[in-house]
Amino acid sequence: MPVADAAPGAPPAPNDAAIRLYDLKRHFAGAGGALVRALDGVSLEVAEGEIFGIVGRSGAGKSTLIRCVNLLERPDSGAVRILGEDLLGLDDAALRERRRRIGMVFQHFNLLTSRTVAENVAFPLEIAGVPRAERAARVAEALALVGLAEKAGAYPAQLSGGQKQRVGIARALAPRPRILLCDEATSALDPETTQEILALVKRLRDQLDLTVLLITHEMAVVKEICDRVAVMERGQVIETGRVFDVFTRPAHATTRRFIADTIGHSIPPGTVARLPAPRAGEERRLLQVLFAGPASTRSVISEASRRFGIDLNIISGRIDEIAGEPFGLMALAAYGAPEAVAAALAWFTELGLGVTPVDEAEITHRAEAA
Amino acid sequence: MIPWLSPMLEQLFIEAGIETLLMVGAAAAIAVVFGLPLALLLYATGPGGLAPNGWVNRPIGLLINAVRSTPFIILMVAIVPFTRLVAGTSIGTGAAIVPLALAATAFIARLFETAFREVDRGVVEAARAMGATRLQILGKVLVPEAMPGLVAAITVTLVSLVGYSAMAGAVGGGGLGDLGIRFGYQRFMPEVMASVVAVLILFVQGLQSLGDWLVRRARRR
Repeated sequence: MPVADAAPGAPPAPNDAAIRLYDLKRHFAGAGGALVRALDGVSLEVAEGEIFGIVGRSGAGKSTLIRCVNLLERPDSGAVRILGEDLLGLDDAALRERRRRIGMVFQHFNLLTSRTVAENVAFPLEIAGVPRAERAARVAEALALVGLAEKAGAYPAQLSGGQKQRVGIARALAPRPRILLCDEATSALDPETTQEILALVKRLRDQLDLTVLLITHEMAVVKEICDRVAVMERGQVIETGRVFDVFTRPAHATTRRFIADTIGHSIPPGTVARLPAPRAGEERRLLQVLFAGPASTRSVISEASRRFGIDLNIISGRIDEIAGEPFGLMALAAYGAPEAVAAALAWFTELGLGVTPVDEAEITHRAEAA
Repeated sequence: MIPWLSPMLEQLFIEAGIETLLMVGAAAAIAVVFGLPLALLLYATGPGGLAPNGWVNRPIGLLINAVRSTPFIILMVAIVPFTRLVAGTSIGTGAAIVPLALAATAFIARLFETAFREVDRGVVEAARAMGATRLQILGKVLVPEAMPGLVAAITVTLVSLVGYSAMAGAVGGGGLGDLGIRFGYQRFMPEVMASVVAVLILFVQGLQSLGDWLVRRARRR
């Protein structure tokens, strides 16, 4: 099939990207006539075989964005290219045909209550006009993929949330799509089931060579399975990159808050209030140190203490692994002569650790507010 | 069969019962046949529907409201020319079915529309995402998913029709209600009136129980 011409203004499109969104804008008239910029110039590229996460608070525009990929929502302007083809230029029939190649999984599963599990999975095949005999084989295959073969005859009402989502995934995969869209697919599930579903999505990606675009408000989901992530706020992508890079070097305050929520390195204010006062001629400084890369396994704390003659008091800390790489965050109170503390901080930075000074007053203030 | 009625009255009673069944059944069947597409059209062209179109939606809505707000006894008389056109006559059981079916169609179209609106929008969106056409969404998603609501709507319509059919006597339609008025009321025969009322109560109870049972069967959640 010939590749459709690029929309006016869109950059030349190489065919390597599975999903390519260019300068999408979508505005609504909100409550009281105020203009809501759900999408305010979003560009994004998802490579084939990648799991790409879009994270953002509710109202950040991520729902609108994922709906633009299969044009459930039409952007006011911009370009949507899926597997090298411009979707906005297609007529209704052609668009429906393309949608059949893009699976979608939903937060509330959206199964047909009047159909059994097998009939639900058969639904997209029925719509596409797949003959009955082949339908049965494809349904069995899809249910086996998600490990629900024994529930084929059950009705959705008889299933748990995790099982319903497995049906949702089987239904999305039955037409053998190349792209899977996950719209908050784990947000209605408990943490344990969330892990199961995420592991399933990852396995299916590897097994079927899928490209996955997911939206979520939980950084934990991104950390678990995504290769790359985009952070959205007020209709814009404010940060994008490899998950490990974004976690270890967040450029934007919103991203840092997301990460803090996920790995919970917030500094306990009670502990800060009980810290001993610095001795005469010394100072106390609170810092947050981010461990990533080669120095993350080095015993930097005791080394700094010996080298610069300062005391380092660990207030909170956690070492984690993101995309298989060690990564940690630690809150420290450093005691010592001002110049010695400054030299230690400079040494940390030299080692490639991220050092952020923490404002004590802000933390105690937060404690009072809470 | 009914010991306190004379054999002749009993005969009239049976005939009236058959007339009621005929009027209610035929009117309901016609109402379902015409009400279903009308309701789908209302749903699809309504705000936020599959194909929003005020130029289609509003006139149909207005027409349905007009039929529903006209008192049945007036509607029956007002559409006599139309009845004559359809049924070939303006009196008798067949002629009574025309206004009954018209009123029931308007009634059931609104109830059906409500049942469609109660179908989870997410399911409709999922079908759209799968590449379903609008007709496929109507036929394969909305109607089956709304089935419990549709069955309940048919039950309510049948029960209402039993009440309306009592007015069919005004055009010589006969039926149990008419028997009750002519014998029970106008001839001071309380036993006839009581029998009519008792049979109608039993009939409506039976309809309602059957409807509820079917709704339970259709509901899979």
